Amino acid sequence: MKTIAELKKIASQVRRDIIRQTWMAKSGHPGGSLGCADFLTALYFQFMRYKLPFTMEGSGEDLFFLSNGHISPLFYSVLARSGHFPVAELNTFRQMNSRLQGHPATHEGLPGVRIASGSLGQGLSVAVGAALGKKAQNDDSLVYVLTGDGELQEGQNWEAIMAAAHYKVDRLIATVDWNGQQIDGTNDKVMSLGDLDAKWRSFGWDVLHMNGNSMEEVLKVLETAIGRTGNGRPIVILMKTEMGFGVDFMMGTHKWHGVAPNDEQTAQALSQLEETLGDF
Amino acid sequence: MSHWDIYQSTGKKATRNGFGDGLLEAARKNPKVVALCADLAGSLKMDLFEKEFPERFTQVGVAEANMMGMAAGMATTGLIPYTGTFANFSTGRVFDQIRQSIAYSEKNVKICASHAGLTLGEDGATHQILEDIGLMKMLPGMTVINPADYAQTKAAAMAIADWKGPVYLRFGRPDWPVFTEQLPFEIGKAICLKKGKDVSIFATGHMLWQALEAVRQLETEGIDCELINIHTIKPLDSEAVLESVARTGGAVSCEEHQRHGGLGDSIAQLLALHLPRPMEYVAVNDRFGESGKPTDLLEKYGLGVKDLVLAVKKVLSR
Repeated sequence: MKTIAELKKIASQVRRDIIRQTWMAKSGHPGGSLGCADFLTALYFQFMRYKLPFTMEGSGEDLFFLSNGHISPLFYSVLARSGHFPVAELNTFRQMNSRLQGHPATHEGLPGVRIASGSLGQGLSVAVGAALGKKAQNDDSLVYVLTGDGELQEGQNWEAIMAAAHYKVDRLIATVDWNGQQIDGTNDKVMSLGDLDAKWRSFGWDVLHMNGNSMEEVLKVLETAIGRTGNGRPIVILMKTEMGFGVDFMMGTHKWHGVAPNDEQTAQALSQLEETLGDF
Repeated sequence: MSHWDIYQSTGKKATRNGFGDGLLEAARKNPKVVALCADLAGSLKMDLFEKEFPERFTQVGVAEANMMGMAAGMATTGLIPYTGTFANFSTGRVFDQIRQSIAYSEKNVKICASHAGLTLGEDGATHQILEDIGLMKMLPGMTVINPADYAQTKAAAMAIADWKGPVYLRFGRPDWPVFTEQLPFEIGKAICLKKGKDVSIFATGHMLWQALEAVRQLETEGIDCELINIHTIKPLDSEAVLESVARTGGAVSCEEHQRHGGLGDSIAQLLALHLPRPMEYVAVNDRFGESGKPTDLLEKYGLGVKDLVLAVKKVLSR
């Protein structure tokens, strides 16, 4: 178990990794990556039971699927910092011949990635299938999936949400990154998501809320969520985050969804994020 | 009846029945085989599986995109999922789900698709997909199989359980002559039904029976066709195709699919690159189908026995 202070230090380094990867690649998606950094850090460093070396099947392990694949710089940083592959490899992000593809892929054999994602709306279905697959094999470990909020505009999600409730997939914890932003503007402007809480609830899910940018709250709610598994209902955490959290000029806007910082912006961003574990 | 002609119909049975029976056998042999179905268990004859292995059957409702994703997730945990719905909803409707979550992610999912092609019949063009082979064969790593009759479909449904990687298994709705029981089935291996010296016919799916009828007819006219069944369109048995065409000097492809992107294109590409020879396509020519009786539709859309006969003669005349 790590202390809150330790987890915050890891999250700070993860945020530096996000900035530096996108800066070096001159492309990528820093906004959503920064917003979800506390959540994914807490998940991998505090809660998930995984084994190394990585195996695709992950028998007896908790699985994580990233549906909003564009926040790959976050995923890669957390995987590297948790020992799935060498941290130095982060400097290959989005380069030719790299295992760190623009969007996560299994093809290059990057440890920690179990499904390709990028085309949105597919991860929840995969997670429901994996949870049923585990159940069929008497494996009671958990399946986690992270989706974006704009991504919920894809109809496939609602097919999966229906199926998970129908099959009482109760060892599944979905988290929605509810930052309210998407490429063309706010969710409300682009396509209102309406009352997300009521929607998930009416489909039969157990709904939790959390501030995804408070490590204290993330730890508390994830622990609550895990404690509520096995009760006949899938669980969703509607996670309020701020896109770009941790870097002042990237916050409160959708502008940094898919834009990399330049040299000057990178220096400015890094000055706000403590280097705690050594840059790659 | 000629000495070579051992391929008499032992009765009519639908290829989808072959799938249902083959799936059941595969599941009895391999406990990792599971099945998902999008509200068509009866149509795909998956009810046999559902009855015997209820705990290994997942009904997903009318939600094919989710079915493909769930299958990918199940495969990730080491299971061998067979998905079942009509060919249209198995491919076109869910192409991106298959592309990203199954093919690119290299998942061991078996996409099993019934009611393909014109022989679906009366339901009409919305359901008569004629583009599915093309869609699936374009995906890197996807194996594409289109068996000819009940027996071959059953054999294929069993064989794919042991074949590593994603598979598209295409079959159909109508009762169709059963005539391949004595033929060995091996994924990726073409089957020569008849040796001949004048022209090579490469037929897949229901069209193998049509081709057989054409070969019989042509024989009475003194034309000696070689008949090869390409049940596995990808990976194509290139060696068998090239070896045959090198001897006969011409090729006719034969499939219940659009000309664009089907078996014919695979063969034409192979010949263009390695052995350019006269070739004709027997396939649907850039049109949607319509309602009608299966065999009437085959006639109307240029897939009749007489069309095959004409195609062979055309190759010989070139």
